Amino acid sequence: MGSTNSTLLKIPNVEVLMQETGFSPAHIIRLHDRFKALDKEGRGHLCPHDFGAIKELAMNPIGDRIIGAFFSPGKETVDFHTFVKILAHFRPVDKDRPKEPNSPEPINSRSNKLKFAFQLYDQDKDGKISRDELLQVLRAMLGMQVTDEQLESIADRTIQEADLDRDDTISFEEFRKSLEKINIDHKMSIRFLR
Amino acid sequence: MGPFMSPFNNLLCMLLGISFTVWFTLLLVFIIVPAIFGLSFGIRSLYMKMLLKVFKWATVRMERGAKEKNHLLYKPYSLNGIIAKEPTSLEEELKEIRRNGSSQDLDGSASLTTGPSPSSSEFEMSDTFYFCRRGIESIVDDEVTKRFTAEELDSWNLLTRSNYNFNHISTRLTVLWGLGVVIRYGFLLPLRLTLAITGVSLLVVFTTMIGFLPNGRVKNFLSEKVHLMCYRICVRALTAIITYHHSENKPKNGGICVANHTSPIDIIILASDGCYAMVGQIHGGLMGLIQKSMVKACPHIWFERSEVKDRHLVAKRLSDHVKDKSKLPILIFPEGTCINNTSVMMFKKGSFEIGSTVYPVAIKYDPRFGDAFWNSSKFGMVNYLLRMMSSWAIVCSVWYLPPMSRQEGEDAVQFANRVKAAIARQGGLVDLLCVNTNVEANEK
Repeated sequence: MGSTNSTLLKIPNVEVLMQETGFSPAHIIRLHDRFKALDKEGRGHLCPHDFGAIKELAMNPIGDRIIGAFFSPGKETVDFHTFVKILAHFRPVDKDRPKEPNSPEPINSRSNKLKFAFQLYDQDKDGKISRDELLQVLRAMLGMQVTDEQLESIADRTIQEADLDRDDTISFEEFRKSLEKINIDHKMSIRFLR
Repeated sequence: MGPFMSPFNNLLCMLLGISFTVWFTLLLVFIIVPAIFGLSFGIRSLYMKMLLKVFKWATVRMERGAKEKNHLLYKPYSLNGIIAKEPTSLEEELKEIRRNGSSQDLDGSASLTTGPSPSSSEFEMSDTFYFCRRGIESIVDDEVTKRFTAEELDSWNLLTRSNYNFNHISTRLTVLWGLGVVIRYGFLLPLRLTLAITGVSLLVVFTTMIGFLPNGRVKNFLSEKVHLMCYRICVRALTAIITYHHSENKPKNGGICVANHTSPIDIIILASDGCYAMVGQIHGGLMGLIQKSMVKACPHIWFERSEVKDRHLVAKRLSDHVKDKSKLPILIFPEGTCINNTSVMMFKKGSFEIGSTVYPVAIKYDPRFGDAFWNSSKFGMVNYLLRMMSSWAIVCSVWYLPPMSRQEGEDAVQFANRVKAAIARQGGLVDLLCVNTNVEANEK
């Protein structure tokens, strides 16, 4: 374990990071390697350009939204801490975690996972998914094979099903309710090995 | 001092003279003459077999030594993935979702799905979850970056570049490694440099000479011979041991040859087995000189820096060349991630839009002898060539695939993808669709 400890020491505030995110030291090291691999110019932070270089991501219909999730509004770069914290959303839920009333909710809780997914829709971050925003996502996912009218009717149907207070937008609570039955943990988790 | 030094001097000069002559004769007989005629003594295959035996011994020693001392042998990054991924591909899932989306409205009934999609309605808010997860997975661990770091080897080939944790495990191994260094840098490298210089200068000289001849059959014949000869010398300069498969599918005149791209050596490897018209941007310096003299002997397509940006000009010149059946097939590498050059990106679609027959070629390097991959962000060209020339050998296989043409109703991008898939399948390479988005990493 000699070489692994030295990598850990190079990362500032790594103890805090591990506590906040719940990643093990081995995971942090792997993610650090990955961060360095993505940071081709060795600047110590990533910019959207570096994410864009990942071809599988470029093929993903909501790839640019996912990239956008890493950069808080106004920021052009993401450092290693933020990188890991965002990825922590996708850790499987810790089932045995004791429910302490005063501790902050873990990053990978069901609620936070839903919030992450919500922001993929809600690009203007006003807390609601408008019909337009929904249409944009539909267009990205269903693509050119579906006509505009079909897209509109799908959007209408989706809003009808989810929108409970009839304000023609989907708030976070309505979003959460419509996904009650979905196994979020399974769909929004990545199995980290080791 | 005078009379004391001069007989010694004379002796020294004589010895040097003799050794040089012997050296050059050997070079000539064993390497250059076979190169001219395209024959081979089989020395390289023998060399390869011998090397393999040595490597096996070295690996066994290392593993035994490592077990004894509990050392970590290989850099842990790319051997295993960080995460466990699902076997279905992004494409399949996307198709499912889209099929669900369109069929619901078209015939009003629930679509028949045999795939893994959970609901029968056209679109669920949770559909994005799948893509979100896949996106994050690819950020954490993707095939491409794994591919782009040099492949970690299971057996060690006595090059410290391939094994980062080479510690002092046994004296015998260190001695062997030291011997390897001496042989590679002291003997092989100068030999290869000489060959390379010979090859390149012969190319320049002969093609310029041929340029003076009038256009016609004799010129074409001679130019072919000269090009082949010089490329063969360069192949020997790298000690490249190449196996060609399916030579009956070799590209013919008026076609476009498309190959996957791992390193700048690809050009030399392909051009030593057939004559191609090359495409590229005119550089300055030595490269430029070589380019200018090559084009005197037979028509290659070189673009000025300014012409490269004009897509129509590029397409027109390519299609003009292709229409002329007497001209050689064009050699194009559509991937171009290895070369930091915007002109190559232009050819990505352009070459498939022209509408002539495409001859796909798959090139696969055997990493056991020397890693041919050029990480252009880490090493410059000269550094890379030096590394190549000081490796043991470069072993690769070339497969000529049957020709393909664009079918009815297929657009250039789909055709390009079809060709890429065929190449990837043959070479056993990971097939990644080269999406032409404007966030390509090589746009610098």
